[in-house]
Amino acid sequence: MAEAIRKPFRLGWEPAIFLMLIAYPFLPIFESLFFNATQRSLGDQLPTVFIFAILALGLNVVVGYTGLLHLGIAAFFAMGAYTAGILTTAAYAFELPFYVALVVGPLLAAGLGILLGAPTLRLRGDYLALVTLGFGEVAKSAIINLGSITAGTQGLNPVPPPQTPNWLPLDWTGDFRPFYFLTLGILILVAILLRNIERSRLGRSWIALREDELAANCMGLNPAKLKLAAFALGSGLAGLAGVLYATRLTSTSNPNAYDFNRSIFMVCCLILGGLGNRLGVLLGVFLLVGFDNILCPIIDAQIQQTFPKSGGKIYLQFTGWRLFVFGMALILMMRFRPEGIIPSNRMTNELHPDEARDQPIQPITLANTSDEIRALDGGRP
Amino acid sequence: MLLAAEPALWDSLAQYLINGLTFGALIALIALGYTMVYGIVELINFAHGDLFMLGCFLLLTVVDLLLPAKDPSSITIVLALGFGLIVTVLFCGVLNCGVDYLVYRPLRNAPKLAPLVSAIGVSFVFMNAGLFWGGPQDVNFPDLISNDNLLGNEATVRITYKDVLILAVTIPLMLALTVFVKVTRLGKAMRATAQNPTAAQLMGIDTNFVIAATFAIGGALAGAASLIYAVTVNTISFTMGFQNGLFAFTAAVLGGIGRIPGAVLGGLVIGLVRSFGSPYVGEMWTNALVFGILIVILIFRPTGLLGTRVREKV
Repeated sequence: MAEAIRKPFRLGWEPAIFLMLIAYPFLPIFESLFFNATQRSLGDQLPTVFIFAILALGLNVVVGYTGLLHLGIAAFFAMGAYTAGILTTAAYAFELPFYVALVVGPLLAAGLGILLGAPTLRLRGDYLALVTLGFGEVAKSAIINLGSITAGTQGLNPVPPPQTPNWLPLDWTGDFRPFYFLTLGILILVAILLRNIERSRLGRSWIALREDELAANCMGLNPAKLKLAAFALGSGLAGLAGVLYATRLTSTSNPNAYDFNRSIFMVCCLILGGLGNRLGVLLGVFLLVGFDNILCPIIDAQIQQTFPKSGGKIYLQFTGWRLFVFGMALILMMRFRPEGIIPSNRMTNELHPDEARDQPIQPITLANTSDEIRALDGGRP
Repeated sequence: MLLAAEPALWDSLAQYLINGLTFGALIALIALGYTMVYGIVELINFAHGDLFMLGCFLLLTVVDLLLPAKDPSSITIVLALGFGLIVTVLFCGVLNCGVDYLVYRPLRNAPKLAPLVSAIGVSFVFMNAGLFWGGPQDVNFPDLISNDNLLGNEATVRITYKDVLILAVTIPLMLALTVFVKVTRLGKAMRATAQNPTAAQLMGIDTNFVIAATFAIGGALAGAASLIYAVTVNTISFTMGFQNGLFAFTAAVLGGIGRIPGAVLGGLVIGLVRSFGSPYVGEMWTNALVFGILIVILIFRPTGLLGTRVREKV
């Protein structure tokens, strides 16, 4: 038997960031510093960022690992949110606890993903993007038009917060910490799950499929099954994020929360941060959602304070430049750094084929040195 | 027998047919821009719909400048619209060409995802420009063309000057484009570049120029479409580019992307589905119906209605 591979202990960036996020609520000094500077609570905003991080990680399974451009992820997000709304609100007879929705929502979303994926996954890249886009639009009109089920623009509400036993009384509305830890905990679980899947046979097959479908097929991989698995997992995670989103807002919100803009916004997060790289995806979400929910309101408030007469004109508000900032970010990223801010190595090589030619080919394994590869192969030279 | 029994039914069917054909012709005009660009560089130009939107705002500005009076005479309306058409067509053509030069050309040899994402970025920038131009609300475009029924006021079927205008602009443009691509030297170069850019370059075709010309022509068609849309629909907003662009792109794929007659056929199919769909499945479901049909067609005939099966290059 080969000896198990032992690496020297090194705290990676991802666990370090998660540890910092876990520590944040225990250090009220940061929260009050931020509040004094901006009149806003960072702790209130971060759960939303975590929820979108789960959504982005789900999308990353489809777009990043498997290389299928998916432009309709919002439909699956909506599936989760409305499942939570239907199962838990008083508008329906179920009135089940949050935890049931937390399990059923992702399962239904994954089922929907399989339903969409089964007939369409043999389509070529651009066509698949279009089908997912069209599916997202169909889902959005269904949400708007089926007002008797989805409560239209009012949204199903109130979605109750998770029930906790009597010995643990939690204040879900006044205190930001219960939601903070709930969403952060689930995000960390998802990140660990994806880290393990990425290294498993399944994850490596996805990457092989992304790089060359024909070659992967010739090596005995079944593209249809693998793509369907990616679709199911990605949609399921999107459904999970949807359940949390509805619970966080205590409402399913209005149908515009699940339109094409949401889907494309998530794709932007992936591309900005680094397609296929968990840490990059997290960074992309923190930058873009943070820009939208935290930075924009703060700068706008500052502008209002400094120039009280500027109000009304849309181009004098920072929020008015939002699309311009996103658009230029995408254009400049594609021109100068298409692999994202924190790229995955394999993606960099795929996007810079000329430079990659001179580098040694990286095998898709867990091992980095030849000794480790030999150990993984069971000790054969 | 049905004909004799229910004249009202036939009238309304004829009405849906007219509405469908006119809307379809408009969508087809936008779809041509998508399909030409896709045919030649395999890029889904997400910004095309927003280019069309910017054209509408430019036309509104021109019309506001030229027709400040309350009740302009019909001669001045025709002159102002004619001038507006020229300005809009030039603006959209040059803008599309400029975007190609600045954004897409440096990415010509990059993987396909890169220009696609850039196109989404350009679309965002255009939308922001439209937001500053026209504000966040819907803007009314002056109602310049009369809504009188050409068949007389008693007739149950309505054909207005607007319907005639749509067909009078779109049909000649489409015919001219078809002839242009079939007959002229540049058209031949376009077809060659679409088939195989490398081989075209080896034959001495300046592919960059050909691609720029394609973007210019596609943009110009979008400019013409924006004139028609603005004077017939009379409501414009900075988000309209997305919705109409989506319809147009669907039309292009439906007919077989990269093929000019396909875009026209797809546009007409979408127009007819929308107009016949609204009385039978409800107006609010027509969008879902259009995309539902798109999904079904892509599943069963992925190359579109007129497309021929192309083998994936390995």
